[in-house]
Amino acid sequence: MEKVVVIGNGMVGYKFCEKIRLKAGADKIQLVVFGEEPVPAYDRVHLSEYFTDPSAERLSMAPANWYRENHIDLRTGELVVTIDRNQKKVITHLGHEEHYDTLILATGSSPLVPPIDGVNKVGVFVYRTLEDLNNIMAYGTKAKSAAVLGGGLLGLEAAKALMDMGLKTHVIEFASRLMPRQLDDTGAEILKNQLEDIGLSIHLNKNTTALLGEGALDCLSFSDNTHLSTDMLVISCGIVPRDELASSCGLSTGPRGGVIVNEKLKTDDPNIYAIGEAALFNNMIYGLVAPGYDMAESVAQQLTASGDKVFDGSDMSTKLKLIGIEVGSFGDAMGDTEGCKTVVYKNESTGIYKKITISGDKKQLLGGILVGDTSEYNMLWQIMNNSTVLPPDPEDLILGDRSAEGGGGGSITTLPDTAQVCSCEDVTKADIVKAIREERIEDLKAVKTCTKAGTGCGACGPMVADIFHDTVAAMGKRVRKVICEHLDYTRQELYDLIRIKEIKTYDHLLDSYGKGDGCEVCKPAVASLLASIWNDLIVNQDTIQDTNDRFLANIQKGGSYSVVPRVPGGEITPEKLIVLGQVAKKYNLYSKITGGQRIDLFGARLEDLPSIWEELIAVGFESGHAYGKSLRTVKSCVGSAWCRFGLHDSVSFAIEVENRYRGLRAPHKLKGGVSGCRRECAEAQSKDFGIIATEVGWNLYICGNGGANPQHAQLLAGDLDSETCVKYLDRFLMFYIKTAEPLNRTATWLNKLEGGLDYVKDVIVNDCLRIGAELEKEMQYLVDTYSCEWAEVVKNDALKAKFSHFINTDAGDPTQKFDSIRGQKVPAAW
Amino acid sequence: MDVSEEIIQYETVALEEVKVWHKVAKIGDFPVNGGACVLYKGMQIAVFNFSRRQEWYATQNVCPHKQQMILSRGMIGTQQNEPKVACPYHKKTFSLKSGENLNGNECSLATYPVKVEEGCVYVGFKG
Ligand code: SRM
Ligand SMILES: Cc1cc2nc3c(=O)[nH]c(=O)nc-3n(C[C@H](O)[C@H](O)[C@H](O)COP(=O)(O)OP(=O)(O)OC[C@H]3O[C@@H](n4cnc5c(N)ncnc54)[C@H](O)[C@@H]3O)c2cc1C
Ligand code: SF4
Ligand code: FES
Repeated sequence: MEKVVVIGNGMVGYKFCEKIRLKAGADKIQLVVFGEEPVPAYDRVHLSEYFTDPSAERLSMAPANWYRENHIDLRTGELVVTIDRNQKKVITHLGHEEHYDTLILATGSSPLVPPIDGVNKVGVFVYRTLEDLNNIMAYGTKAKSAAVLGGGLLGLEAAKALMDMGLKTHVIEFASRLMPRQLDDTGAEILKNQLEDIGLSIHLNKNTTALLGEGALDCLSFSDNTHLSTDMLVISCGIVPRDELASSCGLSTGPRGGVIVNEKLKTDDPNIYAIGEAALFNNMIYGLVAPGYDMAESVAQQLTASGDKVFDGSDMSTKLKLIGIEVGSFGDAMGDTEGCKTVVYKNESTGIYKKITISGDKKQLLGGILVGDTSEYNMLWQIMNNSTVLPPDPEDLILGDRSAEGGGGGSITTLPDTAQVCSCEDVTKADIVKAIREERIEDLKAVKTCTKAGTGCGACGPMVADIFHDTVAAMGKRVRKVICEHLDYTRQELYDLIRIKEIKTYDHLLDSYGKGDGCEVCKPAVASLLASIWNDLIVNQDTIQDTNDRFLANIQKGGSYSVVPRVPGGEITPEKLIVLGQVAKKYNLYSKITGGQRIDLFGARLEDLPSIWEELIAVGFESGHAYGKSLRTVKSCVGSAWCRFGLHDSVSFAIEVENRYRGLRAPHKLKGGVSGCRRECAEAQSKDFGIIATEVGWNLYICGNGGANPQHAQLLAGDLDSETCVKYLDRFLMFYIKTAEPLNRTATWLNKLEGGLDYVKDVIVNDCLRIGAELEKEMQYLVDTYSCEWAEVVKNDALKAKFSHFINTDAGDPTQKFDSIRGQKVPAAW
Repeated sequence: MDVSEEIIQYETVALEEVKVWHKVAKIGDFPVNGGACVLYKGMQIAVFNFSRRQEWYATQNVCPHKQQMILSRGMIGTQQNEPKVACPYHKKTFSLKSGENLNGNECSLATYPVKVEEGCVYVGFKG
């Protein structure tokens, strides 16, 4: 049997094992792998995510038992020190010997550390392995500032991570611009401005001559006689292929490092291959995973005689991830091709720069640079790679088609089947379409598991999703977003079932229409439906509620809860303010004004919640439903009562609207705003519904959102009197509640709704479905059946008893811990 | 309470290892299809009344993800017929039978035997 020994268990070495085992079992090829690092191969590309979630397993390419199950003899923590080509064996630092028939060098590279005075000082790091990151994180907790040497792709990624650790971070670049290999001057300048805006300090044209400090680093010194104080330094100046083993056994290596290989990845010795970052092909080191995976595939095919793929160089396009600013660069980014032309779009106010390089005859796309917005990256890369003929106005590619008919630039449907969508895993459009059609795949996650597309660097994710939706639609299938394995229905179907069959409890629904015993997905979804339809007291079915709803309060770190009484329209009397203060003092609660014009009291013990609310209710407060997927606040400006510009009384109207919809449960939370004139001090256009006074009435805007993907609300109808405004609001909210998927805010709902805003206008204003009256009636029912949940709890001893930490003693949770900040308490960090 | 005291090691107790059956409460004290927390010798144990399946389970109350004393307040359910609990904080789910983390790489929960006799619920400990 053929015995293959792999030196290096990095990304490429691992991929090689995976590919071999797909083609040949343990009866054909024996596999032994040596890895110097203590853990099995992990995803170096996403290494920076380790800062936010320091779990080595999450980054792991495959767990240790995967190697066992696939009969791969993996020796982690073992460094190969000698290759004996005569006897065809390798020797490790532990003195172990291993014979090979074929040897694979997948030794990767190490960071280039320039010979600067003082690089050995404490506080100087490189950025390549988990161990490096552990060291940086440990040291970083004591530091206040950090610098990164090198303003390239990796350097910026490292800088962002340091900044996120709370350090004042500097980037030192020798060249006159950032990412000199991928960006031109203008692109780099825009990127620099954007990075400075988020708080990084960028220093260009800096030649670092010495690292100073007594023992530990505290200062960098530059050739222009300037200095920069810093507590630590991360060096990111490039990579050096690890060819030390190869050169010491006499294999040819390049002048600047790398094991020389031919298109079959063979070194001088026909029994030894080199792949990944250690291999030098055509005078080039490929410092990315996709080419490394290509190399692994080629060698795996040769060893299993299953194909004759050769390596012929690879694309070096890059999309920068994780730095908070989108950057992409591909193909001939600089415009070096003879006779080429460039098309440039630059907008300094938004920080967007797009440049494409096209051939002299304007037919082919040769490359490009995108800064600030890389949404077209995948499509452009495909157009270049597939030599798709360009539209007559190539600028449409980056500006979008501005003609009325549409159809100019690229779209998923025009993409040829052979287009490589995922370059890391070499998956084509045809592979994905075929998998969806033949394997009857019904969700995006399964597409990824089945084809592996999008599991590498992840840059192709959006495109895979587009292909998925396009294919499913082309098959005439409606993607039914069913709730979960227990309820094979969409939310809308369940809504109708519950209403028509008059189902009042979760168990009844599951018994009649579901299977299994439910889960944390369907329970709260159904709880929300039941509340939206019947408006029963939600604590009556407490164990199907999300924890916030179950205890009618928002849970915090450490297990305490917050108390947010309703303050309709943000208007509050001094008496009520005083009571809030007294209660906060009595129960030792952290107090803060919220972004929603009310007051949040944090850090309440579970068992104190009923008495706190009892005291608040006694002076007229009600639940603010900050814990529910329900109406939160209707923000108001001061309006015509006081304001010299005010057109109508925005406070009164906000209070009216907030009181009308208080407690209303919806697929997601709802927020509103009312402004007294178009100066918009209540920010109504960022809310799910926004009302703005006009000379003659109110303009009603819908489907705005703050949050992660902010979106302005759009005008539903203008110059309405108060009554019509409320009528439209009733219809709109009820229509949303009936038709949205779980946990979709109104903006997301609108974005997905076929027909968009025009359709909503048709339904709400023109009543094209003739359901207007019904929607109003349903809303009126909910308004009429409202009662304050906390008021119900405090007068019911059985309900109050649910608010205790232990079942067998009255004690509170003894492990709760608080620190203090600016004279108030805060939960201990986790 | 000092932090060092908090870090109690929770260890699974197998049925045959039970030396003490500790009576914790009456069946009716537990929420239907939900959990409650039990204090025993400084340990916090989450006991679940899975009424739909007529089953009882007990696990450590602390979630291994962020060391929060919370699992008794988690929602229970099944995944392919495996009974599980979802942590309220970040929805990590754990098998109620084996304690294993079903959607990630968190450590497993320690589990404890539960028995019900004459309307009372008992949790089994080694001592
Ligand atoms: C308290 C408050 C922050 C503050 O101190 O100002 C807050 C606190 C929380 N917000 Fe918020 N948000 C608060 C105003 C906002 C605002 C500003 C506003 O309402 O004007 C926004 C952006 C506007 C928007 O919603 O469109 C906001 C966008 C979010 C989001 C993102 C929603 C989205 O559509 O992307 C979440 C996450 C979610 O709901 O899923 C969230 C979730 C949360 C939760 C509930 C997280 C949680 O589940 O534990 C926080 C609970 C705190 C607690 O323990 O009590 N919070 N949150 C604000 C309470 C307002 C109030 O009086 O009710
Ligand atoms: C922070 C970071 C971000 C990155 N981002 C991207 C990106 O977005 N896109 C992209 O395409 N690429 C990215 N890369 C590059 C990518 O990670 C590498 O191209 C890829 O890891 C190369 O794989 P490899 O197996 O050749 O080398 P490595 O992953 O370095 O693996 C080599 C392994 O061999 C071991 N080894 C070496 N010598 C011996 C020996 N003698 N005996 C035993 N073991 C030995 C090493 O310890 C190492 O574990 C990034 C790299 C880093 C560090
Ligand atoms: S929105 Fe108009 S009415 Fe309201 S405070 Fe601003 S200017 Fe005054
Ligand atoms: S604390 Fe339990 S899932 Fe995070």
